[in-house]
Amino acid sequence: MSDLTSLTLAEARDRLKSRTISSAEITRAHLEAIERAKGLNAFIAVTADKALQMAEASDARLAKKGAGPLEGLPIGIKDLYATEGVHTQACSHILDGFKPVYESTVTGNLWRDGAVMLGKLNMDEFAMGSSNETSYYGPVASPWLPPNWSRDRARAATSSDKRGLLTPGGSSGGSASAVAARLCLAATASDTGGSIRQPAAFTGIVGIKPTYGRCSRYGMVAFASSLDQAGPLARTVRDAAIMLGSMAGPDPKDSTCSPSPVPDYEAAIGRSIKGMKIGVPKEYRLEGMSTEIDALWSRGAEWLRAAGASVVDVSLPHTPYALPAYYIVAPAEASSNLARYDGVRYGLREPGADILDLYEKTRARGFGPEVRRRLMIGTYVLSAGYYDAYYVRAQKIRTLIKRDFERVFADGVDAVLTPATPTAAFGIGEKGSDNPVEMYLNDIFTVTVNMAGLPGLVAPAGLSSEGLPLGLQLIGRPFDEETLFALGETIEQSAGRVTLPDPWWA
Amino acid sequence: MSVDLNTVRRIAHLARIAVSDAETPHLQNEINAILKFVEALDEVDVEGVEPMTSVTPMQLPMREDVVADGDIAKLVLANAPLTEDGFFVVPKVIE
Repeated sequence: MSDLTSLTLAEARDRLKSRTISSAEITRAHLEAIERAKGLNAFIAVTADKALQMAEASDARLAKKGAGPLEGLPIGIKDLYATEGVHTQACSHILDGFKPVYESTVTGNLWRDGAVMLGKLNMDEFAMGSSNETSYYGPVASPWLPPNWSRDRARAATSSDKRGLLTPGGSSGGSASAVAARLCLAATASDTGGSIRQPAAFTGIVGIKPTYGRCSRYGMVAFASSLDQAGPLARTVRDAAIMLGSMAGPDPKDSTCSPSPVPDYEAAIGRSIKGMKIGVPKEYRLEGMSTEIDALWSRGAEWLRAAGASVVDVSLPHTPYALPAYYIVAPAEASSNLARYDGVRYGLREPGADILDLYEKTRARGFGPEVRRRLMIGTYVLSAGYYDAYYVRAQKIRTLIKRDFERVFADGVDAVLTPATPTAAFGIGEKGSDNPVEMYLNDIFTVTVNMAGLPGLVAPAGLSSEGLPLGLQLIGRPFDEETLFALGETIEQSAGRVTLPDPWWA
Repeated sequence: MSVDLNTVRRIAHLARIAVSDAETPHLQNEINAILKFVEALDEVDVEGVEPMTSVTPMQLPMREDVVADGDIAKLVLANAPLTEDGFFVVPKVIE
């Protein structure tokens, strides 16, 4: 591990600007770190040549005027973003060999601002999963050692089936693992029900899902279009603010993308939170919740109070229905979005006796079990006779969930504080039971935010008794990401920077 | 509500996913577990509530109705598993 890979994105940016380091140097350092970390399986495609070319071009721009805000900074890209001419499969077998002929708006914005692409990051297939175990490219290991494991035992496990190692969460598991293991300065991720925030909590890093419409979805492989949002994973709140500032922005290619200009998110870091009102929703205090999570939550409220905010109890009565409603809305939209994988236009094709046979065989072989299951649920809840009972009812409940938040914000609450996850990270292979709902419960605190289209930020807030990271979530008003960055930094400062694990994998 | 084996086969066909007889019971269990989970929604009073159609209150932007791109057949076909003379190739559909 070189010092160059331990820099924050902001520190690296400042050193590049003052020309004490070059982009070629820091890019090479990260490519070497990736090479040594193959056992984590975070990167599924490394674009070393492209990265070095981009770094060289950045160094040339840094030498003259005209360098962008992310000039020369090496980052990783979730496999869900279309990157022209580069592996883009949302980690599904059905997109075998797919190389887009266009660039997603979010990645295009990052390259416009000077960022350097190291490669594509592992994820749950089509972002459907909470542990990165549904990826066609295999599970990702977290850089955090399982409690009481030796480095040797963990290293041995990386070269076998990885069972027992910790998951980095999902679906943005490759992004989270790579950022926490210092294989890239930051990464793009995406969040439909918690896929940025749960991995951030599991790996001791920062993630933000911005307001629906803040980032363009053009060129992101679609899962559930009314819930999907792009966002960054980074090691500090400031770094997440810098990344989001480049990723976000209006885009005529996505009609749901907001035309409003992007504020200077980094300027919100350090802003006083004095006088802010923080809501603590009682419905998030689950029966049987661990005392550890409860204590963490109280400590978070205490930190914000100490910094001058007031903390009030609030009620979001429809919270318990968010997750069940999500498991109707998201699969329904997925069943429609994923109809495009037909074995004809791109990706995998299984020969069939006729066109129907070709479709059915291609989709049976190309989709993994979790995706198949969700597509069937989605097809069922949209089918004749069930549409009103399931889909329309779920969309009505979504209205009620959004109203809950609107009421709280109308009462003067600036942000809502909740735990990020019900537990710390679990082991690979640990949640393989017959009941898929067991895995779904991971998103119980995060999914409401997607259902209501609000911004949500997760920052590391401490360690469990077993020494694993735990996060807190801040939920804000629509398009008020700045308040979340200011509050998030207060939590980050109060909790103290997380010491990320030494590279046992290298 | 729960689904029987025939319904599982029907949904699989509607979703255009081939399933073998061997995997159908397993799928049935999993789908029923999810349907049981979402039953909680039945207790919510949704009388008079509008279903959500857009999570953010924004107007759909309009642009001028003009041709904005085109003539990119090669790019459209670039990732197709099988093409011929600028067309996608599928098994014969008309006798």
